[in-house]
Amino acid sequence: MTVSDLTVAQPPTPSPDEEPFRLLGTTPPDPGLWPRLYRALVRGRRFNTQATALTRQGRLAVYPSSTGQEACQVAAGLALGPRDWLFPSYRDTLAAVTRGLDPVAVLGLLRGDWHTGYDPRAARVAPLCTPLATQLPHAVGLAHAARLRGDDVAVLGLVGDGGTSEGDFHEALNFAAVWRAPVVFLVQNNGWAISVPLAKQTAAPSIAHKAVGYGMPGRLVDGNDAPAVHHVLTEALRRARSGGGPTLVEALTYRIDAHTNADDATRYRDEAEVAAWRARDPLARLEQELRRHGLLTDAAEAEARADAERLAATLREALGRDPELAPGDLFAHVYAAPTPHLREQAAAFAAGTGVAGTSAAGTGVTGTGHGRAGAGAGS
Amino acid sequence: MARALNRALRDALADDPDVHLLGEDIGALGGVFRVTDGLTAEFGEDRCTDTPLAEAGILGTATGMAMYGLRPVVEMQFDAFAYPAFEQLVSHVSRMRNRTRGALPLPLTVRVPYGGGIGGVEHHSDSSETYYMATPGLHVVTPATVADAYGLLRQAIASDDPVIFLEPKRLYWSKGELAPGGGAVEPFGRAVVRRAGADATLITYGPALPVCLEAAEAARARGLDVGVLDLRTLVPFDDETVCAEVRRTGRAVVVHEAAGFAGPGAEIAARVSERCFHHLRAPVLRVTGLDIPYPPPLLEHHHLPDAARVLDAVARLQWDLV
Repeated sequence: MTVSDLTVAQPPTPSPDEEPFRLLGTTPPDPGLWPRLYRALVRGRRFNTQATALTRQGRLAVYPSSTGQEACQVAAGLALGPRDWLFPSYRDTLAAVTRGLDPVAVLGLLRGDWHTGYDPRAARVAPLCTPLATQLPHAVGLAHAARLRGDDVAVLGLVGDGGTSEGDFHEALNFAAVWRAPVVFLVQNNGWAISVPLAKQTAAPSIAHKAVGYGMPGRLVDGNDAPAVHHVLTEALRRARSGGGPTLVEALTYRIDAHTNADDATRYRDEAEVAAWRARDPLARLEQELRRHGLLTDAAEAEARADAERLAATLREALGRDPELAPGDLFAHVYAAPTPHLREQAAAFAAGTGVAGTSAAGTGVTGTGHGRAGAGAGS
Repeated sequence: MARALNRALRDALADDPDVHLLGEDIGALGGVFRVTDGLTAEFGEDRCTDTPLAEAGILGTATGMAMYGLRPVVEMQFDAFAYPAFEQLVSHVSRMRNRTRGALPLPLTVRVPYGGGIGGVEHHSDSSETYYMATPGLHVVTPATVADAYGLLRQAIASDDPVIFLEPKRLYWSKGELAPGGGAVEPFGRAVVRRAGADATLITYGPALPVCLEAAEAARARGLDVGVLDLRTLVPFDDETVCAEVRRTGRAVVVHEAAGFAGPGAEIAARVSERCFHHLRAPVLRVTGLDIPYPPPLLEHHHLPDAARVLDAVARLQWDLV
């Protein structure tokens, strides 16, 4: 891609000479990698269908399905090295699971018992981010910090096509390029930001084009080609780790399901469009390619599906139980040490009065002790 | 005061390699108020970094740095310039510890020069502490003396939670003593009685402290013994010291530059009423900025609390003695 491309008015879909990078059908499969991607895709598809089913049972408050986008999710999870960090959006539960996160813990936000159900530092996965693109500056800052410390860490930030319109997306890419931070941005362009199509989101020829303005490479990849997405991300992460700076990767894909289970996608898009993308299903395409090269046997397929069923059973079992809620925890972790006012409120809450401070009125006693609580450690 | 802040930053950088400063014009220029003067030269660009001009980006990247274990100190050049960073502050910085159940604390300091009285044009004189106070998870700190500027900033940087550090612009050039070694690190949540008084208590902080001291002095000439309490930290709030003073005098006026409606004074008056009702001999009054967008510099003296308005409130508190 060159700057001269930008002078030509084009619709925001790739022109024939800008075909997204793909590997399926063009390259002999890597027998070490492609079957692994396949097993992760089978698991991912099952994770999506099971989580969606759990919303119907009221076991999840909401689930933003990534069905149709599993190639991006799986590639994101598998391209990262053990020391790397992932910064997911709310739709990227599957990327986090593929990265190795506990599949039940990652659903905490969507279940509603706590916002983040895992330790981000231990998992090297940032909290699922609900505001759009606001996690991308964090990804840049963390990557920058790792490089300042001399650590061999790269960071992958995930965002959707709608999120690229947000100011934080722009600021993150700009900071990353100026600082040459070891970070890779993966835009899963699934064509729709809830009900708004890409054409109403951007006038750029492609989202990958935007990289030119920031001074970083832009890569357009077939987002339903798991080996291709994995390849592009792996190369970009390697480049980041070696001091080459950030990369913007746009993966062209499609969300087969609605935005979430609460959304009615038939109000804004045609079934014909969905059908065309079903024909490009990432799982079926990879399966077909592997079979064509004799890399997938019936037994291997059965094993992959059995593994996925075990995952689904784990989700059903864990989420079938009511979560253990401790309302007193509401006051925990607001500060390193609670402020006197929060301690007082927690005490009133525990006593069931709901009224903080009044019990001490006029007595000259507040019972909250001295106000040292705000002082953090290390002073 | 600006030099005391500079000293605090220098000492923090020297003491802890995890401390990093980020902001616009904080490098070669030393900040528009010179608070970071000389720090890039002494500690290098990696420790005191001129960033792209983007407040959300500055605070967002600082958040990521803190997630990795560093202790970033961000400078917002002027109070109203911090508004683009509000989403980062409210959606992430203030609640990262809470949403991760304590797994990801954010030791991050946001320095915000704030308030009026320096003849600044539009967007250069806001008092935005109300927004910060209303956001759970943040500490809100504002020094009024040179010693506190040093001591509270050292504590802010050492804190394991995010701190909004509000620097009163019109006190940057104020003079005061700083101990040879810098001074004591001041814990949060302790208000200080700057002037004892038996007849009424002025509750204030930051840029309004000198105004209150002036008013208290003028009140003495009228035969009233008025005390002045400097809150120093708005979150956590020192109910204990405030209530002890108000119970003694039975009369209180809250004085601040921020707009009065739904402002800090409303919270403070409510807390005092709840806790000290039987000791009060008059309602808690407020002397605040007007409920208007910050006015142009030639009119700002009408907006800012001055000693005359504070004195008037003190006189009104004496209704039962008239």
